[in-house]
Amino acid sequence: MSLDPATVRRVAKLARIRVDEAALGQLAQELGGILGWIEQLNEVDVDGIEPLAGAAQMALRLRADEVTDGGIAEQVLGNAPDRAGPFYAVPKVVE
Amino acid sequence: MLTDLTLVQARDGLRRKDFSAAELTGAHLDAVEALNPQLNAYITVMGDTARQGAADADAALASGDTRPLLGLPLAIKDLFCTAGTRTTAGSRILSPFVPPYESTVTANLLRDGAVFLGKANLDEFAMGSSNMTSAYGPVQNPWTRADGAKLVPGGSSGGSVAAVAARMALGATATDTGGSIRQPAAFCGIVGVKPTYGRCSRWGVVAFASSLDQAGPVARTVEDCAVLLGSMAGFDPKDSTSADRAVPDFAAACRRGVRGLRIGVPREYRADGMPPEVDALWRQGLDWLRAEGAEIVDVSLPHTKYGLATYYIVAPAEASSNLARYDGVRYGIRVDGVDLTDLYERTRAEGFGKEVQRRIMIGTYVLSSGYYDAYYLRAQKVRALILRDFTEAFAKVDTLLTPTCPSAAFAQGENMDDPVKMYLNDVFTVPASMAGVPGLSVPAGLDGQGLPLGLQVIGRPFDEETMFAVGAALERAARFSALPAIRAGAHA
Repeated sequence: MSLDPATVRRVAKLARIRVDEAALGQLAQELGGILGWIEQLNEVDVDGIEPLAGAAQMALRLRADEVTDGGIAEQVLGNAPDRAGPFYAVPKVVE
Repeated sequence: MLTDLTLVQARDGLRRKDFSAAELTGAHLDAVEALNPQLNAYITVMGDTARQGAADADAALASGDTRPLLGLPLAIKDLFCTAGTRTTAGSRILSPFVPPYESTVTANLLRDGAVFLGKANLDEFAMGSSNMTSAYGPVQNPWTRADGAKLVPGGSSGGSVAAVAARMALGATATDTGGSIRQPAAFCGIVGVKPTYGRCSRWGVVAFASSLDQAGPVARTVEDCAVLLGSMAGFDPKDSTSADRAVPDFAAACRRGVRGLRIGVPREYRADGMPPEVDALWRQGLDWLRAEGAEIVDVSLPHTKYGLATYYIVAPAEASSNLARYDGVRYGIRVDGVDLTDLYERTRAEGFGKEVQRRIMIGTYVLSSGYYDAYYLRAQKVRALILRDFTEAFAKVDTLLTPTCPSAAFAQGENMDDPVKMYLNDVFTVPASMAGVPGLSVPAGLDGQGLPLGLQVIGRPFDEETMFAVGAALERAARFSALPAIRAGAHA
């Protein structure tokens, strides 16, 4: 299977990873190689098989919808690369 | 030497007052200081914390405290969040990250008195089989080969296993998504245990593929792993997939023996091109178990050959979703851009290494509109078939026995030219991960180059006890006593 550079550019955009134009060809080859190898799954007969999302083999538990934590804004913000008071700071989004 | 003791021997020695916790931790910190510059097994050494923990343990021991891990120094894979100590996941993107909270598994170990020596190196976000993808440099396997090439310790828990094999820790935490505990344990000649999915809480463990990630111990004996897992495991309401089950006495299970057990040999694991010495060791392992009174039964796991391809859809898909959180805004590094999107894209391009970027993009592709059914949904259906294979096999047998890996440790730089070639390392470990069943690797012999080879015992879901019984029987029969060339005390 081969991927074209335009598809790789689109996937990189969706994944929010900047890829230099010069690197697109090499990346297309690597990803195409992996996807080509994965295509062996097409030979498996999966008719009537229910998809399995996880290995837990049980229903996810629900808990009461109530506040269990809070009041730790300084801890939450402690690792922020940039902040303004009690907020995360990012470049201006709206003019 | 104190660093040569097993974890259980060290525990008993502390209780007998043969030595102090301060001496035990000091000996290990000395080993770390001597060997870590060469092996790079630790990203962060927690010397002061460890010495304080040991002093506290000595005070507790003096008052008759008998907590199971009191005063025992361990390495912690740098994927477990440790409150106040930097946690990197082996990635540049988390290089400044200091968690304000403790993972449940490490909190359980601290509750039981363990001392943390430091944070162990790993493949970036646990994605790799060689530890070559760490942003903090590769780990060297303490075992060496005649040609002098530096060997990989396996991955992703490469730092954890190298630290334990080289006697820079009595045991370590590790995590397994597709083989990241068992493969490196085999490569470094130690024991590694991936428990049943749900046995150990994932809370506070940096996420890679949430339906597969599972924490487990590595140590130099099966019983040491049993003791460690007894402390790590347990129900945690903070992890929605944590199993609400009592934790059995795994250490007692090590002494059960295998008489009357039925051991399955999956015929599909007899892969073409398997090195003769791996095949011979496998047959030897079956002979050992037969001699101890077990019955050997041929079984079939027909979808084995599709395990890896299924894994390389499911795991990247989950990773692409989990790693979306690294956006340069809330934690981790930030690379500024002309606008917010540019900031995201530059941060992630510089923060993630090549393998992580590849997997995120594969995951994004297989989940994207128009491809979801063909790749992701189909993979989930094949995953159901893989689980069915195991369920049907376990109707006939108590455990399975297979080789852990298709080869012994390879050299740094080998298998790097083609991602798929690297992925093939996990061919024997991935199916159990996909099915969520427990697996244990025990060192059982050496290959022609003097490198350790492991045998894998796969158990029924939540029946780690039988798996430990079989693993301990293999350990007793194999009498594996070879030592890595690079280890505390041997390194001039």
